[in-house]
Amino acid sequence: MADEKVIEKLKELWTKYEEIDGKFDEEMDPVFKEPYYPGVAEKLFNPDKPMENRITDIGPPYFRQFLPPIIKKNYGKWVSHEIIQPGVLKYESETGDVIYVVRCGTPRLETTDYIREICDIADKYCDGYVRWTTRNNIEFHVDSEEKLKALIEDLKNRKHPNGSYKFPIGGTGASVSNIVHTQGWIHCHTPAIDASGVVKSIMDELFEYFGSHKLPAKTRLALACCLNMCGAVHCSDIAIVGIHRKPPMVEDDRIQHVCEIPLAIAACPLGAIKPATVEIDGQKKKTVRVNAERCMFCGNCYTMCPAMPIADGEGDGIAIVVGGKVTNRISPPKFSRVVIPFIPNEPPRWPTAVKWIKHILEVYSQHANKYERVGDWIERIGWEKFFELTDIPFTEKSIDDYRLAYTTYRTSTHFKFTKHIEIK
Amino acid sequence: MSEIKKHDTPMVDQLKSGPWPSFVDDIYSYGEKHKKQCAFDLMGQLELSYKHKETHWKHGGIVGVFGYGGGVIGRYSDQQEKFPSIWAFHTIRVHHPAGKWYHTAALRKLCDMWDHRGSGFVNFHGSTGDMVLLGTTTEQLEPVFFDLTHQFHWDLGGSGSNLRSPACCMGKSRCEWALFDTQEIDYELTMHFQDELHRPAFPYKFKFKFSGCPLDCVAAIARADLSFIGTWIDEIQIDQEAVKAYVNGELKPNAGAFSDRDWGPFDIKKEVIDLCPTKCMHWDEKEQKLYINNKDCVRCMHCIAVMPKALKPGKDRGVSILIGAKSVILEGAQLSTLLIPFMRLEPPYDDVKELVYKIWDYWMEVGKNRERVGELIQRIGLNRFIVDVMGMKPIPQHVRIPRNDPYIFWREEEVPGGWKRDIKEFRKRHPA
Ligand code: HEM
Ligand code: SF4
Ligand code: SF4
Ligand code: SF4
Ligand code: SF4
Repeated sequence: MADEKVIEKLKELWTKYEEIDGKFDEEMDPVFKEPYYPGVAEKLFNPDKPMENRITDIGPPYFRQFLPPIIKKNYGKWVSHEIIQPGVLKYESETGDVIYVVRCGTPRLETTDYIREICDIADKYCDGYVRWTTRNNIEFHVDSEEKLKALIEDLKNRKHPNGSYKFPIGGTGASVSNIVHTQGWIHCHTPAIDASGVVKSIMDELFEYFGSHKLPAKTRLALACCLNMCGAVHCSDIAIVGIHRKPPMVEDDRIQHVCEIPLAIAACPLGAIKPATVEIDGQKKKTVRVNAERCMFCGNCYTMCPAMPIADGEGDGIAIVVGGKVTNRISPPKFSRVVIPFIPNEPPRWPTAVKWIKHILEVYSQHANKYERVGDWIERIGWEKFFELTDIPFTEKSIDDYRLAYTTYRTSTHFKFTKHIEIK
Repeated sequence: MSEIKKHDTPMVDQLKSGPWPSFVDDIYSYGEKHKKQCAFDLMGQLELSYKHKETHWKHGGIVGVFGYGGGVIGRYSDQQEKFPSIWAFHTIRVHHPAGKWYHTAALRKLCDMWDHRGSGFVNFHGSTGDMVLLGTTTEQLEPVFFDLTHQFHWDLGGSGSNLRSPACCMGKSRCEWALFDTQEIDYELTMHFQDELHRPAFPYKFKFKFSGCPLDCVAAIARADLSFIGTWIDEIQIDQEAVKAYVNGELKPNAGAFSDRDWGPFDIKKEVIDLCPTKCMHWDEKEQKLYINNKDCVRCMHCIAVMPKALKPGKDRGVSILIGAKSVILEGAQLSTLLIPFMRLEPPYDDVKELVYKIWDYWMEVGKNRERVGELIQRIGLNRFIVDVMGMKPIPQHVRIPRNDPYIFWREEEVPGGWKRDIKEFRKRHPA
């Protein structure tokens, strides 16, 4: 089709959209039936008149148009579910309808070809419908056991060239589900560690726990590559966070041109940054000085100011935090706590971090009661016992000294005698 | 097309093996198939990062589409010479549909667009919830936006100091525990607050998350400035026959979530009654009957999750609204704090919108640069926020425990005679 024709067609479709305010429900927006036309944006966008043809503030498509018909029919009518095998759920509706769901892990960082392969599967078995979970898993829905069998067989056989599964099935019940994580060295400027490589290394090692129900409760892992924590590590059963250990450097010759110095100063939660002036080539330049003694290496200054780089190959690494959770089930949500303050970056497979995570998971699995999340187990046995059972060396780094630190001190004579107490 | 240049990536290549899906295999296969230099350059730069143990992305760079203050994040490589195809490699956040359901017609078309205009690499999804398109040049930003709006009727998500893309659990579309329509309210508020989502006017980011029940599958309580969590006010519905079926081992506890380990036969006393956090349940062995003292129930969902075919949440449903969660930057991590114990929801959710405006008005007026609303509440005190800002009545539910120090900021009008006193009169009674 000539571009003019296409634009006319698109205008028609836009009018349709506007007529119902985008609330496509029974039928999908017909715009998706049109192929992608690569050339028309250049025709529609006029750099000299940027407002021309500009559509704004329309939000995402109305979700109901993407619901499979059986889901729409039973919306709000589901009465029960059952996990028939790890990664496979069955739902029953009050209308008597039944659906089966297969959940698969994904690496989250993927290509359009991978998404197309998901589409191939969804087209073949699920009338084209598919959904993602909050933990980067995909869910395929089918309405019969025959389709379910065929779908599972198909998924098991799809592999990448070097043998990894494209769509491992699991992530339900008392398993380790997919790791919520962040960008790392693939796409961010502030990381202390990589993300995708660490996640791949951990999930390879914990693979059997993804596709089985043998843990005492579900175990949620997360990773954030710096303290900005784009992933929810602060409330996870076991999580990794990237940390720095060297104070930021200051580029005296550049800072005044690339940063708003007052903002850089205000960025420091500990007031460790002070204004300063230096002379470079006979010229006075505004800059800052960092009081290294006060710095806790949070990296917030660098977030605000590119002339204060903080990353360092030797200084940066991993901290492991455990015992957090989000759900209100049995006990209230809680924060994760630092148990291993530092493990160096060991690309490409981060063996030390992986080893500790697996070890913590397995000690938990061996000792916790049914239904007990990592944090609930530790609270029952006591943190001193946790350090003893896991053989994680306790250091002063695990004693809080930030805001509200006092609330974490032991203000009682209730403690257990573990190997940590040396009696003369 | 010019010759593809490949880089040696021995360390990155080690991530091709092992059972978990390999992003490296995926990216290399894509690069070979589509003859795309950026696949090889991205892996080459990652290899360099593995060698240096440092990132090679430069600090930000402000780019965007006309009229919006968010949705696009500037990204430049610091290795322009070595990896020219990823020198400018900006991120675009595309607002996900509520509940993250898709049809392949839309997904395939998006893939075609992104192959044409960008790297072909994506995150499904970002941790806030958006579809994240990773890697394109500045010149492609407006065309991508025009493609999205004209050919998909689809908008960008949020970034920067504005409302971020709201997120919700799958709710009523598949979950029997959804106590309100998480997807509908997510969509309604997303549409209502489009201006706040695209044009940063806040001190910092603001997030809504909607979880249909207290199990909180979208981590609303840990990750949203305003967390909506479904709850009920009446009684847990009990099907006594089904309870008996669990007790007799005819039904699998917890819907089969513990199937690969021998935990012994189901023991209702040990697994349900004793684990109830308020000890408000009783199993009468003789009568074979379950009793719940609903007045003491805190709606933790445990008993319901263990015996889903026997127990259901109550019928009078609504949400608890909590405020102020965030992760550690700057003042330390916070969970959301209970603000409104129970609110019945009715589209178009005017009560909620009113509440949101009230919070934003105050935060925009007194919030400091990069101060999340949860930090603001800490700074001024929850008591003042509830009473002075929200105009609400303080109730014991607002705290876990009352304060332990009597350092109370009394207000002048609360004290008979006020604060103006006459020192001379005082000295008449109490010579110095
Ligand atoms: C410029 C470098 C950064 C990159 C590449 C980056 C990347 C991302 C991405 C892709 C997401 C998911 C977005 C979405 O789904 O809409 C995200 C979420 C998030 N970002 Fe960042 N981010 C950056 C900087 C920051 C900074 C400076 C902070 C905090 C100071 C931060 C805190 C967060 C948090 C807490 C989330 C999670 C939100 C949630 O789960 O609700 N990020 N980030
Ligand atoms: S956690 Fe930090 S390093 Fe990682 S993506 Fe977010 S801002 Fe970037
Ligand atoms: S890293 Fe954090 S503590 Fe250190 S100077 Fe920067 S902002 Fe301050
Ligand atoms: S939060 Fe509750 S209602 Fe929503 S999906 Fe999870 S269990 Fe279901
Ligand atoms: S929901 Fe929780 S608090 Fe309420 S009865 Fe069940 S176990 Fe007890």
